[in-house]
Amino acid sequence: MPYALNRVTVPVTVDADKCIADKGCTVCVDVCPLDVLAIDLTKGTAYMKFDECWYCMPCEKDCPTGAVNVDIPYLLR
Amino acid sequence: MNTIEMEVDVLVIGGGTAGPMAAVKAKEKNPALRVMVLEKANVKRSGAISMGMDGLNNAVIPGHATPEQYVKEITVANDGIVNQKTVMAYAQHSFSMIEELNNWGVKFEKDETGDYAVKKVHHIGTYVLPMPEGHNMKKVLYRQLKKRRVEVTNRLVATRLLLDENGAIAGAMAVDSRTADFYVIRTKTVILATGAAGRLGLPASGYLFGTYENPTNAGDGYSLAYHAGAELSGIECFQINPLIKDYNGPSCAYVTGPFGGYTANAKGDRFIECDYWSGQMMQEFYRELEGGNGPVFLKMDHLAEETISQIEDILHSNERPSRGRFHEGRGLNYRDGMVEMHISEIGLCSGHSASGVWVNERAETTVRGLYAAGDLACVPHNYMLGAFVYGKFAGESAAEYCAEHTPAPVDEHQIEEERARVWGPLSVKDGLPPAQVEYKLRRMVNDYLQPPKVTRKMEIGLQRFGEITKDLARLSAADPHELMRAMEIHFIRDCAEMAAVASLYRKESRWGLYHYRVDYPDKNDQDWFVHVQLKKGEDGNMTCFTRPIAPYIVPLDEQEKTAYEKLRIIKEPATI
Repeated sequence: MPYALNRVTVPVTVDADKCIADKGCTVCVDVCPLDVLAIDLTKGTAYMKFDECWYCMPCEKDCPTGAVNVDIPYLLR
Repeated sequence: MNTIEMEVDVLVIGGGTAGPMAAVKAKEKNPALRVMVLEKANVKRSGAISMGMDGLNNAVIPGHATPEQYVKEITVANDGIVNQKTVMAYAQHSFSMIEELNNWGVKFEKDETGDYAVKKVHHIGTYVLPMPEGHNMKKVLYRQLKKRRVEVTNRLVATRLLLDENGAIAGAMAVDSRTADFYVIRTKTVILATGAAGRLGLPASGYLFGTYENPTNAGDGYSLAYHAGAELSGIECFQINPLIKDYNGPSCAYVTGPFGGYTANAKGDRFIECDYWSGQMMQEFYRELEGGNGPVFLKMDHLAEETISQIEDILHSNERPSRGRFHEGRGLNYRDGMVEMHISEIGLCSGHSASGVWVNERAETTVRGLYAAGDLACVPHNYMLGAFVYGKFAGESAAEYCAEHTPAPVDEHQIEEERARVWGPLSVKDGLPPAQVEYKLRRMVNDYLQPPKVTRKMEIGLQRFGEITKDLARLSAADPHELMRAMEIHFIRDCAEMAAVASLYRKESRWGLYHYRVDYPDKNDQDWFVHVQLKKGEDGNMTCFTRPIAPYIVPLDEQEKTAYEKLRIIKEPATI
């Protein structure tokens, strides 16, 4: 069955300069209730892998360096 | 992908609110028990209170309220369909639980004399206790789990319970949402604390995860209990909440009400006497929303600056802290305009309404060795404090059961069958992506089940849900994460069918908007002053039956019975 790839903007963004995933930090990935964040091993930063956000904010609040920002998903904004 | 076997005495499924309390209390009762919390997310930030809570909705505090008064209030708010013993058991333990949480470090609002600063929001009594610093709730619970040496497993999705030959609990099966490893956990007891069925209706925005409830709560426990043969009750009493339009948080009348904020129509006029969330209140809310004076707003722009800042401090740091960001994006300030409101998608949740797994006052379900607590356990309007109290009951009851029972053998056939079902979507090539199936299923829930309920529509809905059952075998998962979403569709579909079947069975209207049937518009106490129970029948099909209401232990007088039916403000004609 053929599949399409649709582009969507995601509500959670990570500041690559502040993110310390390359030092082994996984706090934002760990605390997300929906498990939608992941670490990009090639870049050494966290990113939003799945657009399944409750915009609840533990990822932003618990980030030790203030690298994570949660916006309201575009459909609701 | 591996199969991993474990053995415990008490398995708590769900590590949000009720679950950690249940685990801690089981350990307190008997520290030698092997107690494990199985959590789908991470216990540090999981469940309905992942960002804390801004207050208690049902604090029964001596000097402010009595258990008897509270039982009356909930009996009336839930239109009489209440097993009062369960509500009374909550009410009698409400205060000791507040004291315990206070000792654990949860901060409640107190007045200058050190007394709890309880506010009036309900129609009759006074039970709302603000927690302006309630954002640390999960940290407090986590500390207790560590202190009591409760074992925790994160990122596991429980998919089915295991039963012994007599139908009692023998274990549970789960899948890891990161590795797809399959878990078989032998246990004497299971405590279900998986929260509401919050991913049932589709939010008006169309965003699948913009639900009122934490969308991780997909109705897992409702489905687990159903397939284990447990009775569920009041499923037709849906959860529908008044929310900020397009945002999934309440505005919230409980917080703003005591400060002078209120629900208003487009003219800025009050139309309901009491903002406490009940079906009757939602009915009036819905009428105003759809009427010529609609839509509905929360009015705060008449309040003083210091009051508004205080409200903002609470609302923007607790429970739904992204609310401030939402208002900012829309350019709305509480000081210069009313907040547009709307109603939420439908869900199942006894924490707010009454739809849940049937339990008695010891948190026992109708399956031996199976307990339930929190939003999924049918104790009407139980909220967060009720989740803690029933979590305590469940933990203590399970510990007692363990003392009297040996582990039951597990049936290899049940395990084989479940492993094949759970791993199925990983080997389906050219199949249906879970997100597409979920969207269609939940859109149909809206089309056919959202009140006002219409018989023929619900029948068509059942037919559509049946067709989606056939699609389940075509679900395809590209990775373990998608596999979790695929298994959640099974839960959501089960809940949709339960919601339709129970709603069709109760041929009357009750609980205001929660069960407003256009073709049976009146309440009919003669035939329907009963609980509607739902379970898996002997033939494997969903079946409903009635349970009589146990004689009230706190009788109501005639005036009290109708208190919640007169919520609409009737303007007195002007006198000359």
